[in-house]
Formats: sequence, structure tokens, C-alpha cells
Amino acid sequence: MDFIFEPWPWYVSGPLIALVLFLLTMMGKNFGMSSNLRTLCTICGAGKHADFFRFDWKANRWNLTVVLGVIIGGFIANYGLSPDNAVAIANESSAELHTLGFADAGKAYLPENLFGSQVFTDISSLLILIVGGFLVGFGARYAGGCTSGHAISGLSNLQLPSLIAVIGFFIGGLFMVHVLFPILF
Amino acid sequence: MRVLGYLFVGIFFGIVLFKSEAASWFRIYEMFQFDAFHMYGIIGSALVLGIVQIQLIKRFNIKSFYGEKIVFIPKDRGYARYILGGILFGLGWALAGACPGPMFVLAGAGYFPILIALGAAILGTYCYGILRSRLPH
Repeated sequence: MDFIFEPWPWYVSGPLIALVLFLLTMMGKNFGMSSNLRTLCTICGAGKHADFFRFDWKANRWNLTVVLGVIIGGFIANYGLSPDNAVAIANESSAELHTLGFADAGKAYLPENLFGSQVFTDISSLLILIVGGFLVGFGARYAGGCTSGHAISGLSNLQLPSLIAVIGFFIGGLFMVHVLFPILF
Repeated sequence: MRVLGYLFVGIFFGIVLFKSEAASWFRIYEMFQFDAFHMYGIIGSALVLGIVQIQLIKRFNIKSFYGEKIVFIPKDRGYARYILGGILFGLGWALAGACPGPMFVLAGAGYFPILIALGAAILGTYCYGILRSRLPH
């Protein structure tokens, strides 16, 4: 049973994500995480400012329940199933990150300089998290879905719009990592 | 009962996202550097099995666990919104190192700075809703 406490390889994780898609589909629901962000806006009263948020959020309570589960799952996985959560990324990536100033690449789950507790008082790290998060939220809703809604469930249903969106994800991601990272870090 | 089903699927998904390291900022960087097969293996294998299962459900008209017809809603047609929204999303995904699912996972895993990114993602969603009618779709 020790393998549970090790990082899970792709050929285990990928099929398990397909199982999540299967279970939600068989419950009559559409797999998608980012639509919850819209639901949260509506709950906070955004319907007063834009039609986009005027819908019956209670119809999405099932998905908020999934999100609650995802949060609990993250807790269980980190505190119960990961005695050592260091991520052994490829040596090339690790070396590249060391030169950019990410000293803990290959030794931690997340980079300390972006996710350590000192970021709350570090303006540049805060800005990176804020801009990154903002683009994720804005882009996901503009594109009508995120990784789960387009790359997994949309492409699984052979949707051309999802393919266009995923191509966009990669254009943006590659530009960020290859062009903007050397400027930002 | 159904509520418990959703909760358990969510817990399972959260554990898979964390243990697969898909919620690791480092893995997203590595993916965009094409230095490892890991992330492509996860998304690719999930996708192949996803295509097969959806085709089977459609072909054999399989009913949901609750005996209802399963409806797959096609995405709206269009090009601009998918490519532009996709690029913005990709920029954020690489920078924050997390898409929406992993943001919730990391919040549960105790990495509280991710709450800043999550709050900003909610704000981004709100701004999209406000600007929607002025954006090309």
C-alpha cells in the first residue's frame, strides 16, 4: 500500500480523473470547476451589476458541494497521504528555475518565494499571485471553461471550441514561461 | 444522498489532483517547458478514456445513475472568445501555476497564499461579467 504515499504516476492519475468525469456524467452533471467562480460572484451580489450574474445560483449548489470536497481532498492528501510532498520535476526545469531564483525547485510542492507565508508582506509576490489569479478567472469565463471544462470534458465530447480554447491555453502559457518569466523573475 | 455523492467525488478529485502533482506550480512550469511527459500523460490519458466513455454513453444511450437521460450540451460556436479567453487563461495558469481546481486543492492543503490568487480569480470573473457586452465573442 506504500505507493499511495508516493506521488501518483500519470497512468494512475489520468484514468482516475477520467473516473471523476464518468461519475459526474452519470450523476447527470457537467464537469467544470471555473463555473463555481461565477456562482460565488452571484452569491456575493454581483447580479446587481451585470446580467451575466443574474441566474439561480441554487441550481449550482451541487458543484459548490464538489468544490467543498476538493478542498477537503487537498487537506487529506497533503496531511494524510504525503509524508514527503517534494515534486521531483525534470532536471532541466529544475536547473532553469534555479537560475531564475527558485532555489527550492525539485525539493518542494510549491515555490517558497510565491507561496511561503512571507508573501503576504512582499509586494512583488503578491502582485504575481493577484495578476495570475485574475487572468485565470477572467480568461476561464471569457473562454467559457478551464482545464476541466475544456481540456477534459469539452475535448472528450469532441467540441471544436474546446480545442481552440486549449490551443489558446498553450499559446498563453508558453508565452508566459518562455518570454515573460525571464523578465519577471 | 446525492449531496454525499457530489461531496465524495469532490474529495476524490481533490486527492487525485494533489497526489498527481497537477496542483504543483513546478509541474505546470515543467509542462510549458516540455521537459517531462507527466502532465501530458495525465491530461492525455484522461482525455482518451473520456472520449471513449462519452462515445459509449451516446452510442448505447446509457441512462444516468438516477435513470435520467444524459444530455451533453454543445459549446456555443465562435472563435474569438475561445482563442482570446484561452490565451488570457494560459498566461494566468503559467504565472499562478494553478487552474481553478488546483486552487481549491491548495487552499485545503494549507497553502494559504493561494487564497490571494483565488480571490483575484473571483474578481477576474466579476470583471468579465461587467465587460462581457464590450468584448468580442
